Parts: sequence; C-alpha cells; structure tokens
Amino acid sequence: MTDHKPDIDEVSGVETTGHSWDGIKELNTPLPRWWLFILYSTIVWAVIYMIFMPAIPALPGMGYTNTLGLRGHSDRALVAQDIAKLHTERNAASAKLLGASLSQIETDLDLQQFALAMGESAFGDNCATCHGAGGRGAKGYPMLADDVWLWDGTLTGIETTIRHGIRHMEDPATRLNAMPAFGRDGLLATSEIDDLVQYVLNISGREAAADAVNRAAPVFAQQCVVCHGADGKGNRALGAPNLTDRDWLFGGEPRDIQQTIFNARNAHMPAWQGRLDDATIKSLAVYVHSLGGGEK
Amino acid sequence: MTKVTLISSNEGGAPKPERQPSLYERRHQIYPKLAHGKFRTVKWLVMAVTLAAYYLIPWIRWPRGSGIPDQAVLADFEGEKFYFFFLEIWPQEIYFLGALIILAALALFLVTSLFGRVWCGYTCPQTVWTDLYIWVERAFEGDRAARMRLDKAPWSLNKAWRKLGKHAVWLLIAFVTGGAFILYWHDAPTIARTFFKGEAPLTAYFFAGVLTFTTYMLAGTMREQVCTYLCPWPRIQGALTDEHALNVTYRFDRGEPRGPHRKDESWEGRGDCIDCNQCVQVCPMGIDIRDGSQLECIHCALCIDACDDIMRKVGRPTGLIAYDTDKAVSTRASGGKVVYKLIRTRTVLYTILIALISGLILWGYTAKSNYEFNVLKDRSPPYIRLSDGRVRNGYTLKIVNKASEQTSVAVSLEGLKDAEFEIVGVGSAAADGTLELKSEAHGVGRYRMLVTLPENETERRTTLTVRITDLKSGEVASENTPFVMGDR
Repeated sequence: MTDHKPDIDEVSGVETTGHSWDGIKELNTPLPRWWLFILYSTIVWAVIYMIFMPAIPALPGMGYTNTLGLRGHSDRALVAQDIAKLHTERNAASAKLLGASLSQIETDLDLQQFALAMGESAFGDNCATCHGAGGRGAKGYPMLADDVWLWDGTLTGIETTIRHGIRHMEDPATRLNAMPAFGRDGLLATSEIDDLVQYVLNISGREAAADAVNRAAPVFAQQCVVCHGADGKGNRALGAPNLTDRDWLFGGEPRDIQQTIFNARNAHMPAWQGRLDDATIKSLAVYVHSLGGGEK
Repeated sequence: MTKVTLISSNEGGAPKPERQPSLYERRHQIYPKLAHGKFRTVKWLVMAVTLAAYYLIPWIRWPRGSGIPDQAVLADFEGEKFYFFFLEIWPQEIYFLGALIILAALALFLVTSLFGRVWCGYTCPQTVWTDLYIWVERAFEGDRAARMRLDKAPWSLNKAWRKLGKHAVWLLIAFVTGGAFILYWHDAPTIARTFFKGEAPLTAYFFAGVLTFTTYMLAGTMREQVCTYLCPWPRIQGALTDEHALNVTYRFDRGEPRGPHRKDESWEGRGDCIDCNQCVQVCPMGIDIRDGSQLECIHCALCIDACDDIMRKVGRPTGLIAYDTDKAVSTRASGGKVVYKLIRTRTVLYTILIALISGLILWGYTAKSNYEFNVLKDRSPPYIRLSDGRVRNGYTLKIVNKASEQTSVAVSLEGLKDAEFEIVGVGSAAADGTLELKSEAHGVGRYRMLVTLPENETERRTTLTVRITDLKSGEVASENTPFVMGDR
C-alpha cells in the first residue's frame, strides 16, 4: 500500500488490514473488549504471581534452584508436612497396638482388623518378595498359610522369628541351626546318602527300596536322630523339619532330598527388628498368624 | 475475530445496506401488581407451607438408636447414609433415590398433562421465592404504580432507604435460605452452632454462600428470566400438554372483540374483554395472556384473579380468563358441546407407570435385607495343603448390618461334606456346624474364615455356600464361593 491512511471497508464501515489478496480484503475488527480484559488481567496476575510465588529459575551458585517469592511457598515443604502429619496420625493409631498383647489384638475384632490391614500392607512391602502374596511360599521359602512350622507357629513365636530372623548372624537372638553338608564335607559316602534318601522316602510314607532302607537305618540313627528325632518327626526347638509329613520346603523328590543331604540348605531370613517398628512387627505377626496355620 | 468480506466487482453500484438491528433485547423491568382473589390466597398458602417445610424440616428429630443420627431428614455424607423419617438408604441402595426421582418426574408429567404447569405456577422454588421477594419489594416500595414512580424518580433519601431496606431484607432471606440448605447435610443444631463460631466445614460455608447468592440473584434480579431462558421445563412441557390439558386460558370465544366499555353501553355484539390490561399488570412474567398459550407463561393464575375482579365490577360473569382446555375453547367457539377428558391415553399411561414404580419401590424396600453379605475367597494361595493332606481355603467374610441394633448371626456352611471351619479370633464351628458372631448396629464387620476339607484326590474344585442366619429374626443371607482343592 502506498498511502498510510486507514483503508475503510465500504460495506461494513470497518477498517481493513490494508492487504488485498485477489481483491479480497480482511476486516481489521478489533478484539472484543472482554477478551482483551482477560488477556491483560492474566498478564497482571502473572506479575503478581512471580512476586509472591516461586517462579524464576535461579542461576547456579545462588544456593537455591529458583526464586522463592514473598510467600516462601514450597511444594516440597508441604509434602514433608503432610508426611509428618501422617506419621503422627499413624503413631496415635499404632499406640493402641503397642499397648495390647498379641492375643488381645487377635481376639479384639476392632484391633484385629486394624492389625490385619496394617500387617497386610507391611507383608506386601517386605515379606511377599520371598514368601509370596498371602504367604503362599515357594521352593525354599516356607508357605505361611499351612500348619507346618519349622520353629514356632504361635503368635509370640512368629513375632520372634520376624524380629530376629533365621540364621541372621548379626542378631545374637536369631533362630539358628546348621545341618551339616554330609556329602560335600565328606561326612558320608555317596552310597550312604543314596540309602538315606530311600530311608526318608520310607518314613514319609512313600515307596522305597527295602534293602536300602535297612542299610540306612543305623546311619540315620547315628547322624540324623539328634535333630530330626528317632521317628524323623523333627524338633521345633532346633528348627529341625518333620521328615514324615508331606510338606517339603526344598522339594520332596528323591533328587531334591539327595541334594539336601549332600549340600545342606540352611536358608536365611533377615531380622526385621530395627528395620520395621514394633507396631508393624506386631501387626505382621497377627497377619501371618491369621493366614491359616496359626497355632494357639 | 476477523471477518472476510468480498468486495463486489461492480463497486459503488450496490446499494449500501442498512445497519443490522441488534439481536440483543434488553430486559424490561416488570412491576407485577398485587392481585386479590382465590388463586392469590391459594398461592399465599402454598408459599407458607412450602417455605415452612423447607426451613423447618431439618429441625425435626427422629430417634433411631444410639450412635445413629436422630435427624428426620438428613443426607449424611460422613456416615454415607441418607435418612428420610423411617427410610434409611445406604450407598449401595442409591437406586431407591433414582427410582424416587423417576417417580417424581412421572408425577410431574401426569399433573402437567391434567392441569398444565401447576408445578411452575405454585410450587417451583423459583416461583415461591420470587413471590416472596416481590412481597418484600411491595412492602418497601409500594405496589406497581408506586414502584414505577420510585424507579423513575431521581435519587433521594426516601428512595435510598427504601431500596436499601429491600435489598437488606432480600439478603437476609437469601442467607436464611442458604443456611437452611446446609442443615440437610449435617446435624442441624450442631451445624447451626458451629457455623457461627467459624468451626463448620468449609463446604458448609461454600454452599451456604452459593445458595445465598443464587437466591438473591434468581429471586431478586433475574426472576422471570430464569423461567424463560434458564429453565428447560417450559420447553419440555410443550411435549407433555395437549389440547385436553387444563391451562390458564383466555377464553377468546367470549372475550373478543375486545374494547373499552362505557357504563351504559350495551354488551350486544362485542366481547366481554374491556381491554383494561389488569391481566397484564398482575403478571409476574410480563406477558399478555390474551395472546394465547405462551412459553413464558408459568400458569400462576394471578390474571384469573385480576380479571374476575374486573368482571364483577362491570357486571359480567367471571371466568373470562380461567383454567380451561384449548379443545374446550375452540369447541365453544364453533358452537359445540364442551367435554372435559381427564382419562386419556397419556394420563392412563402415566398413572400405570407411577403405580408400577411405586409398587416396585415399596416391594424393594420392604423386601430388602438387613444384611449385606459378601464372601471373598483368597486368591493367593488358592488352596493350602496341610501336612496331613487335608485342604484348606481362606475367605474374608464381610457382613454389613443395616439394623440399628446389635444382632447375632450364626455362620454355617453348605454344599461340602465333612467341612470344618473357623473364624480367626472368634473360634471354631460348634458341633452343629454353626458359629455365632455379634454384628454391631450399622456395622461393617470383616472376618477371616478358614475352611478345611478332608483329603480328596478326585475333585479339583467345588462350590461352597456360606450362610448367615439372624438368630432373632431368622433372616438369612447367603453367598456361593468356590472351594479349590488342587491345581487345575
């Protein structure tokens, strides 16, 4: 355009943008006032916001990552506050657990439900990795819902196990035993171990070679009875498993039993005292006890 | 925001079009005149009853038992229950409320198809509160003519205090209305106390504020615009009424031709309408009923009162404007005999539907159980093999007791031979195969149940029925659940 006078559209009386495309002109209709008002308000708001709230990234070396604003607002601090509040609320709730004995917790249905809920989530976080959801167990990791217990299936017994762990050497009160690696350490000959496998199959009620069982009887009496008992029913005090039932922590096939006698198993469970607070350990004991195998 | 315009080729040749008239219509203030008559009296009564109900119902007490709210009508969000006198609705029974809303809608349809918009004219909160606000306005500023004069007059002390007084009373009513609303959601005496101490929940202040604002705006300033522009009902009602519905109607067959009438003039050859405009002056919607059925008309019948007044004065029979049907008016106009039909397909259908749904609600409510019973089977482990070969499954029982007193229930199993069960923390089943549990009033109990079966090599999976029986009423609730005995 050569002239700088505003170009007014004849039909509508509105100024055009001054450009023409193939004879088509565009009206330069002003923005609606309400729209402009909102735009300007947001700009004013942005300035106020920058003054009062954290907004501008700080340069390196200034000690903080952004300007703090007059209000000193910090999402991080708010989260920390929320967490602290949650902790005090939890402490109030778990104080009731701490004050009650384990058997009280299990028979007071309100307290029991609180403990079960707390125990279930703690179990999921800490125990289910090995013992499986609902304590279903896996090879080498005992099932907690059945009636087989190596050490103790009572409420207090379960609590002790959780607290001190099994073969957790850093804890002097840990549950400790050690089955010798009969084969690896050369205590028994391979043939004697094979005979013992047949003996164990026999006492757990399965088919076994009679002559091997006879050969193994004196070996069993000499080597195994101390812990597993003359009848092979185990000894809770020593954590020695019952060999006559149908529960096999490390597998009940002849090959599994042979491996157990040859190498020994001696699995490990960490002590949770110090890692979990007392209320959580108590609730875990109640939860595990309620899974199905809990003993009186 | 830019318009593209085409410049025509014969520039200058086209005539310059007229500037488009604005499509925006300014609101004209309506100054309804006070009417006197039977419909005005009915409207005062309905207003008194509905307002009293709204403001007072939350204060009615209805003892239900200890620990349970004793407010007759209460939507208890904290306890997740809805109380309505003897009715008690739990969240999982919310369909009762749904059915009630359907019922209310159908009742509205039926009433509308019989008598037109009586809901709009008499009981709609918008109508009631607007009526109340106009009453206040009249008390401060006088009737129609005085109000019109006052609004035209320049500001003066007299005008100022009248306007100020009116708005103050309006705001007070609005606040009481908003305040009464929150009484329905909390214990009324408690929230009334804590509200003024500043200890009530934020939501209470929020909703009291919202209702105060909307009452003040809708009844004070917006008035008829709410009905005309905001409310969908005038559009819907068009589909619900027909030529047999009773509506506030100007009987044009009798009124036309209208015109002014002198005292000694004859009534021969003319209509009864003397064009005095009283029907227009009393109309809160600012319309002329003589233009026929209109979307704006809320059928408040005030024009009937105004017209009857005039008819008596000029010595003509009343009822020039009356509740009448379109059909009757047109029949009369053509000299036929008027028949009113209350029983029509649609009214019969609505009645049947209403009876059906009321019956369903009643049956559903009386037949509903005091207990809600769920059995959740443990997913992990799916089954437990005990050392002696027996199989055990773990379950979580959830017993919801909706009764307002503590009850005892007996848990028993069915469908499994030789099954034993125990509930952790409670004990094992007695010799008769049942185990007694206490169920707290309005309580939700969760129990862990362990079911044990003797060794069974053949079956992998079966079904078990868990049953609870109320020891006093004998009420039974049961649920089926799988019992797993081995891997598939």
